[in-house]
Amino acid sequence: MQSRDLAIDVRDLTVAYREKPVLWDIDLSVESGKLMAIVGPNGAGKTTLIKAILGLVKRAAGEVLIYGKPYVRQRNRVAYVPQRGSVDWDFPTNVLDVATMGSYGRLGWIRRPGSAERAIAMDALRKVGMDEYADRQISQLSGGQQQRVFLARALVQDAQVYFMDEPFQGVDAVTERAIIALLRQLKDAGRTVIVVHHDLQTVPEYFDSVLLLNIRRIAVGPVSEVFTEDNLRLTYGGRVGFVQSAVRSAADAK
Amino acid sequence: MAPEQIEIQLIACIVSAACAVPGVFLILRRMAMMSDAVSHAILPGIVVAFFLTKTLHSPWLLIGAAAAGLVTVVLVELLFSTRLVKEDAAIGLVFPVLFSIGVVLIARFAGDIHLDTDAVLSGELAFAPFDRMLLFGVDIGPKSLVMMSAILLVNIAFIALFYKELKISTFDVGLAATLGFFPAVLHYGLMSLISITAVGAFDAVGSILVVALMIAPPAAAYLITDRLSWMLLLSVLIGVVSAVCGYWVAHWMDASISGCIASTAGVVFFATVLFAKHNGLISVWTRNRRLRWSYAEKMLAIHLRQHEGQPEEGRENREQHLTEHLGWSSDFASRVVRHARDDGFVTAVDGRLFLSEAGRALASEAITDE
Repeated sequence: MQSRDLAIDVRDLTVAYREKPVLWDIDLSVESGKLMAIVGPNGAGKTTLIKAILGLVKRAAGEVLIYGKPYVRQRNRVAYVPQRGSVDWDFPTNVLDVATMGSYGRLGWIRRPGSAERAIAMDALRKVGMDEYADRQISQLSGGQQQRVFLARALVQDAQVYFMDEPFQGVDAVTERAIIALLRQLKDAGRTVIVVHHDLQTVPEYFDSVLLLNIRRIAVGPVSEVFTEDNLRLTYGGRVGFVQSAVRSAADAK
Repeated sequence: MAPEQIEIQLIACIVSAACAVPGVFLILRRMAMMSDAVSHAILPGIVVAFFLTKTLHSPWLLIGAAAAGLVTVVLVELLFSTRLVKEDAAIGLVFPVLFSIGVVLIARFAGDIHLDTDAVLSGELAFAPFDRMLLFGVDIGPKSLVMMSAILLVNIAFIALFYKELKISTFDVGLAATLGFFPAVLHYGLMSLISITAVGAFDAVGSILVVALMIAPPAAAYLITDRLSWMLLLSVLIGVVSAVCGYWVAHWMDASISGCIASTAGVVFFATVLFAKHNGLISVWTRNRRLRWSYAEKMLAIHLRQHEGQPEEGRENREQHLTEHLGWSSDFASRVVRHARDDGFVTAVDGRLFLSEAGRALASEAITDE
């Protein structure tokens, strides 16, 4: 099934840190235009999966294709939103400058961003409600504001495929709503969005498909089909009470 | 001023600028210790180059030193990439090993020769003007001035050319890698510059000054500005000012020029810690103080507002009563009341406190903020 419409095609992906496998034999095909959550317990390899797809972590085995080609040839069609905590927010720069970094990939080596790139960045900041903070030093932002700046930067990348690592982690309600609105807009524009997500209860509300991961691929598909108590129990192991309440409130949300 | 004096100051300024530029990235990458590491780890490079050339006065010794600096960087990265130790620990593990290899080599094979880092990199600013560089028989200036100017130009060119790439790979290495900017390559490029700059500057001004000039001016600039471009400019400026001031301190005290410049750079840094506009200790202290009073004034205003026009007003809204109700000491209470009166929030009549219009506004503003 080598379709052009397959945004992400992962086959037999295995990643190991020293002896220990972190991801084992993952197959994953994501059609273009899907809004997919990756869920699983801590240590399940969610972040590693994204990093392995993007070539940030060495693969022990397997193949990754983005729209039919290896990632290195599709860099400009992919945007990545790392975990907020992965960067130094005391770095001497301001909000607009961070958003403008989204244009660096298109610019390539040596060329500097100009007024056109800053205008695009400003526009992206407006979309996440951060345009008023354009001149603000990034260390003065709250966690939610930092997350929105990261999302603005990803919007500036204007990619076909977006990978977001825990964008909802520790954010305020305003930011959570802004992120959801943004995810929907991206989906409506035909973009593919993959989100590492922690909160099981909001999965059916926010996403249309889901990957349940715990080192191995437990299940993948439309939320309505695979986000079941049995699959969650397989993913999360013994923590049954936790899983039941998650599925119950998910059912309520539907 | 004698021409030698001008030349010494010029060399000091060029060395300061050449060290400050890559030093900014050492600070931002939290690798300040790298300058110290390189300064020690170059010894085996000098020793090996000496064994090959049999002379203490060959440019190969400088090249050997710079190569050993690069080996340090590569070993640190390899050790760090195993994820078994953190980066600072990797630095701390690698450079003593290299340094001690140099020491052992000297003790075993060159015990009868005076060979150490200082014998080769005998930087002493006071004598720098006497070592001239001749080009086709024409004197083009002191050797160290020519060499450090070349290194400064290379540093500026590298950072000007790859400014955007260095910025993103320092701030967000993950994104830099996914965009195809090869942060590892940039890192080695930057560390090579640091190694070459350190060796060149050791030869010109001596080792203590290099470590000071790579770290103190960028660390001070980091406290003053929140833009990377300004941090680079200010680092150079602070380095140059430290160099010139340090020179005149040495002149006045008849002391070591390098020592005085290094001390001045340290003094400038500590002055910045105290006086920096936003992050300085004094500004933080006054801000906290102001916040404390304004918070206390708000509490007072809310308290007075609550009991305003109530039957208990005469009893509650008194200075003495604040100690009981708000848990303030009587001294603190009277100071808060004095502040609030000065700011026009409160008037006092016979020990009773009344809110002004401004005080009422303050109270309702504070309540709706909650």
